[in-house]
Amino acid sequence: MIPFAFIRTKDKETAIKNGSMKGSKFIAGGTNLVDLMKLDIEKPERLVDINALDLNQIEVLPNGHIRVGALVKNTAFAYHPEIIKRFPVIHEAILSGASAQLRNMASTGGNILQRTRCYYFYDTAFACNKRVPGSGCSAINGYNRNHAILGTSDHCIATHPSDLCVALMAMDTMVLTQGPKGKRSIPISEFHRLPGATPQIENVLQTGELITAIEIPTLSFSNRSCYLKVRDRASYEFALASAAVALQISSGKINQSRIALGGVGTKPWRASEAEKHLTGSEISKEAFRKAADIALTSAKPNQHNAFKIELAKRTLVRALMTASEIA
Amino acid sequence: MRFRYSEYVSKILLMDNESSGKNGGTTRRDFLAQMGLTGAGLTIAPLLSQAEKYIPGPEIPLPSMVTTQLSINGKSQTLMLQSNVTLLDALRERLHMTGTKKGCDHGQCGACTVLMNGYRINSCLCLAGTCEGAEIITIEGLSKGEDLHPMQEAFLKHDAFQCGYCTPGQVCSAVGLVSEGHAKTDPEIREAMSGNICRCGAYQNILEAIKEVQKTS
Repeated sequence: MIPFAFIRTKDKETAIKNGSMKGSKFIAGGTNLVDLMKLDIEKPERLVDINALDLNQIEVLPNGHIRVGALVKNTAFAYHPEIIKRFPVIHEAILSGASAQLRNMASTGGNILQRTRCYYFYDTAFACNKRVPGSGCSAINGYNRNHAILGTSDHCIATHPSDLCVALMAMDTMVLTQGPKGKRSIPISEFHRLPGATPQIENVLQTGELITAIEIPTLSFSNRSCYLKVRDRASYEFALASAAVALQISSGKINQSRIALGGVGTKPWRASEAEKHLTGSEISKEAFRKAADIALTSAKPNQHNAFKIELAKRTLVRALMTASEIA
Repeated sequence: MRFRYSEYVSKILLMDNESSGKNGGTTRRDFLAQMGLTGAGLTIAPLLSQAEKYIPGPEIPLPSMVTTQLSINGKSQTLMLQSNVTLLDALRERLHMTGTKKGCDHGQCGACTVLMNGYRINSCLCLAGTCEGAEIITIEGLSKGEDLHPMQEAFLKHDAFQCGYCTPGQVCSAVGLVSEGHAKTDPEIREAMSGNICRCGAYQNILEAIKEVQKTS
């Protein structure tokens, strides 16, 4: 690991000031950043340790929204009574990711910022536009079984790795930030960027801008929600396909739905067209299959990952059946 | 240790800017001479010309030492370490507490598991500098003198290891699992232990050891 300057502070403004300097990175849990630094993929000149900042609370706001501080550990987030009771989709998404040790270390803000596990991104012997802009993409014509089928570009097909973000997408979560230019509240759907021609720019954060919290709005039917993750082994593995869904059901019909997909997109993928299709629909496997077909309409496979189209559809159908209790 | 070009330049520039004493008596000229570059006029020329134009700024990051105060197995420690030292390396190489094992060094195998503030973590992915104020318990801190921790007793009783390399991590992880209190059934315990790999395949006996401790605690 290349040495770096290390700054520890309890003060948000000091953190942002130091974080704004060239070559700076914030560090919280470090589970992703330290790993990447050991491999010389991330090479910060300065780390700003934000663990002492006062961003470690989960609050239920007067309007029922839940605000989760950026430093709240994944474990504490998943097992918060309000999350278990009102947002099973978030509880299940967090617990489906990583290992108990990593969830005890990893922060909420860091989960949102975690980087792809594309093996070409991780291997510095290969070209990668995310790691070295302009060097090319080794995955497009390489072994791309794990790669994305939605939101890809000619420059990058790396999958977004987070499970939590998929659930947060379905729940219309806001990302709260503070930076040199003040505070912002960014819908999570606008937080991550598609790779396009600049896959190295993964989100809309500006230099020195710090995630301070996320805010999950109240949703009347969020208790009827679930997260289903399909992967190569039963535990401790990234998704090949996953689905976060929530359904509002009355008189045997679907009034409203929320659908997001993971493991298949270059960013956490919201399936708005599929949601529209389900509005007013009967609860049936056929209706869910139609919605899944719509959700994957724009899927663009590469040589080894075409199976993900069918896998994602079946994953989504199963998740919708579980949420509507017909599975 | 590798030096990037920018670090090389900034190191030279910083020396130019400081009194020689601050760098242990090394001047820029000495440094260049040590690097064996004084004769390589073509290489140095651009560096020197940049150095002459340099206006001192406040921010030249250089490798820094970090002082961290933490408690390890109940004993308060003050460590002064280079910024890139992990908790695992601090334990093993600085404090010579080699009970905690280095396996993959990337948070995948769990051999380095220790308890931090009561929760199990991968010490290999934890920079020592970020452990300010933390309370760490390692495998060495579980027993009370000659009296083994109940989890260590249970591992012995159920033959929950073969080669033993993953065992300190397995035991610490299992202690964390029991105190976290979320895993009750066999599949839940297996899931909650999935961050600890055992190449000998002692999983079934590890499961039995954990269940025994859960029953009695």
